[in-house]
Amino acid sequence: MLDLSSAVAPALSLISVSKRFGATQALEDVDLAIGRGEVVALMGANGAGKSTLAKIAAGVSRPDSGRIIVSGRELRLASPQAARTAGIVVVHQSTEQLGVPGLTVAENLVLDALCGGGAGALVSQRRIARQARRIAASIGFDGPLDQDFGVLGPAHRQLVAIARAVAAEAPMLILDEPTASLSAPEADRLFAVVDRLRARGVGVLYISHRLGDIRRIADRIVVLRNGRLVAGQAKRFDFTAAVRAMIGRNLNDAAARVADAGLASEIVLRMAGVRLIPGAAGFDLAVRAGEVVAMTGALGSGKSRLLRALFGIESLEGGSIELDGAPWRPISPADSIARGVFMAAEDRWRSSFLPAATPGGDIAGTIALPHRRSWFPSGLLREGRERDTADTIIRSLGVRCRGPQDTLDLLSGGNQQKVVIGRWQSAPCRLLLLDEPFQGIDVGARRDIVDAIRADRRDGATLIATSDVEEAIEAADVVAVMHGHSIVGLHDLRTNSGESLIAAIAALETMEPDKERETAA
Amino acid sequence: MTNEVRTQAASSRVPFAVDAFGRALRRYAIFIILAALVVFFHQAEPAFLHVNNLFSVLQSVAVVALLAVGVTVTLAVDGFDLSVGSIAAFSLMLSSYAMVVLQLGAPATVAFALMTGAAIGLVNGLLIVGLRIPDLLATLGMMFLLAGLQLIPSAGRSITTGLILSDGSVARGAFDPVFLAIGRYQLFGVAPLPVVVVAVIAVVFWFLMERTRWGRVFYAVGGNETAAYLAGAPVKAYRVAAYVISGVLAALGGVFVAARVGRGDVFAGSSLLLDSVAASLIGFAVLDQRRANVIGAVTGAIFVGVVLNGLTMLNVPYYTQDFVKGAVLVGALALTFGIGRGRR
Repeated sequence: MLDLSSAVAPALSLISVSKRFGATQALEDVDLAIGRGEVVALMGANGAGKSTLAKIAAGVSRPDSGRIIVSGRELRLASPQAARTAGIVVVHQSTEQLGVPGLTVAENLVLDALCGGGAGALVSQRRIARQARRIAASIGFDGPLDQDFGVLGPAHRQLVAIARAVAAEAPMLILDEPTASLSAPEADRLFAVVDRLRARGVGVLYISHRLGDIRRIADRIVVLRNGRLVAGQAKRFDFTAAVRAMIGRNLNDAAARVADAGLASEIVLRMAGVRLIPGAAGFDLAVRAGEVVAMTGALGSGKSRLLRALFGIESLEGGSIELDGAPWRPISPADSIARGVFMAAEDRWRSSFLPAATPGGDIAGTIALPHRRSWFPSGLLREGRERDTADTIIRSLGVRCRGPQDTLDLLSGGNQQKVVIGRWQSAPCRLLLLDEPFQGIDVGARRDIVDAIRADRRDGATLIATSDVEEAIEAADVVAVMHGHSIVGLHDLRTNSGESLIAAIAALETMEPDKERETAA
Repeated sequence: MTNEVRTQAASSRVPFAVDAFGRALRRYAIFIILAALVVFFHQAEPAFLHVNNLFSVLQSVAVVALLAVGVTVTLAVDGFDLSVGSIAAFSLMLSSYAMVVLQLGAPATVAFALMTGAAIGLVNGLLIVGLRIPDLLATLGMMFLLAGLQLIPSAGRSITTGLILSDGSVARGAFDPVFLAIGRYQLFGVAPLPVVVVAVIAVVFWFLMERTRWGRVFYAVGGNETAAYLAGAPVKAYRVAAYVISGVLAALGGVFVAARVGRGDVFAGSSLLLDSVAASLIGFAVLDQRRANVIGAVTGAIFVGVVLNGLTMLNVPYYTQDFVKGAVLVGALALTFGIGRGRR
């Protein structure tokens, strides 16, 4: 605390930073200052600009305008190395890049000194071990130091990366979704380290969706929406207000949807006392014709399992399901498809597409594959029929491609997903099951797909599983919140503004997360 | 939007004219080389293009082509049948044994051999699907098993009329002339029956694999098993079916060899496996398909046959044959995987 100027100046300030990618304004006039010894939580929905902000602070991308001030000095962060030298350390979500496999933990801890030449020409294992022990002790890292970095779990890898940052005496640390792959005890250890860093005067920018984490660790919350900072809170936090700030716009959209709701149509799918796994609570759910129900909840909350059970590739623990009034006990995908129960599973490349060189690996063939029995009853392929259907899908969903003969690897993620959705819309459908249909696609494509899903509901029912609340609200009439393999809340967006949903999500996310994380791991 | 896309395609056409030419060249490369070889061999030895010689080329490759079609079906489901050569050899010994020792007639013998081939294919399929043994290992095991098993009934000797059995008595059966005709009869006096049968089978399987929904599913299972399953395909049944098909075709190949040779020769068919695998792999390059396909496998077999026949006519020593086959295979694979890769 001798240098008064740097003691007063924030660890990192961004002043009216803007960044544009093509037509999207990723960040607009963002002002953000993170003080020394302050932990600021950055919240925002997908595509809000969180990662752009982190990339700019890390020197990975440069802002179009605005200033970056690190410990009182204005800098142009031209590269990740420059940011590191300036004292900004980023711990990324993907733990592969956090260290060097093949070297021991100790060697990784002193890596900066080794690579930077500060260690001298001769390296003795003993001196490395001594230095590493000192660094490890400084953050309370108790993992084995002589192990290969490559065999460490994600939690230890993150701690090693954080320890390196601490050793470099970086004044600013950015953690990007750090608890995404951690168990509850591991997360607790991480929080303890962050507490220690705070006490030592390090500024921390903590990017996360998890309200529970944020409540535990943050001094301040800032919320990004569409590239703008829309809210800031100091303790005590009002999470309901924060969630509303994150997803507010979409609630208004959902409210505008009340008009087109068909509340009185017949029930297509009825589930009673359904238990997904042993020990899970039973739940009921009824879905009417033309209704879109989105299931949301954390990883491992049972959303996918429910869809797979309805499609016949997972068995139920108990309860009954009726489809159009008759008992529904599918035994295979073929069985389900024959009855008009369709599922687009998550991870489209694994679940839906064939390699480009395979016959039927083009758009037309991809769309036709599940419908081959009904379209080609004689067994003989009719390419005209395939092509015409694909042409219709391409036009109605706005798939950007040269034609039905294009292979899927030529398309962007959003257009690939449109083909997946179109595949299941090209035959009469009673129940459409979509698992994470908005995975890895941009906001514009998501809009198109939501429109396609809502326009094509006709008399079938649609069930969507998504871990993103914003997506759920954008697409659905009814949002079902799942937790512990059961539905814990149903929120009809047509009959209330979604305020109850926001409160429910805020409450759910700050709930004890232990059980959730265990099942996810 | 379509207009926009069209203009893009139009503007990109000119700079890619060279690329289009390259693609066409790659597509028809095997046929162009085949034509060039035929012209060359004809120049060097006019008898090469004689009808009888051409049919003798086809006769020599018919069995290889038949096995290659079976291998192609297993490759389509992302499997690999290494046991086709042994199934053919086993079927050859089995049909000889059936006639010479069991004294069965031609129809019963053929039915017996084909059913045995189907049963072996079924076992292969069940080992792979049921016990989850990797395709290569399961069929490699079957290959050894059959190669040994075919020697046991005749105590390691070739089976001919008058075979002395292990109890000292002489086998009283003989090769049925109808059976021998399967391998030796010539339609219209020129076209050997096996060539005609194999041609018909090749057309049937080309049609099955390329023009029906069942063929699509075979390829879909091989391309992405999970995607095929989620699209409602009975994935396991198709895998097993591929090996049953391969087994039956290989057994039929064995019948052709037995009928042509007229004895259960222990070592006949020893080169069938490598030749048929090579043919189906050469087939990847035909029409630039970059995947297992029936036309390609048959073309590959014919290509190798033409090269060997032509070189033999030019008095190139027989011991260079394997070298020539290897060179053709490596060239075809380079054409498929190496040249112009990533430009599509």
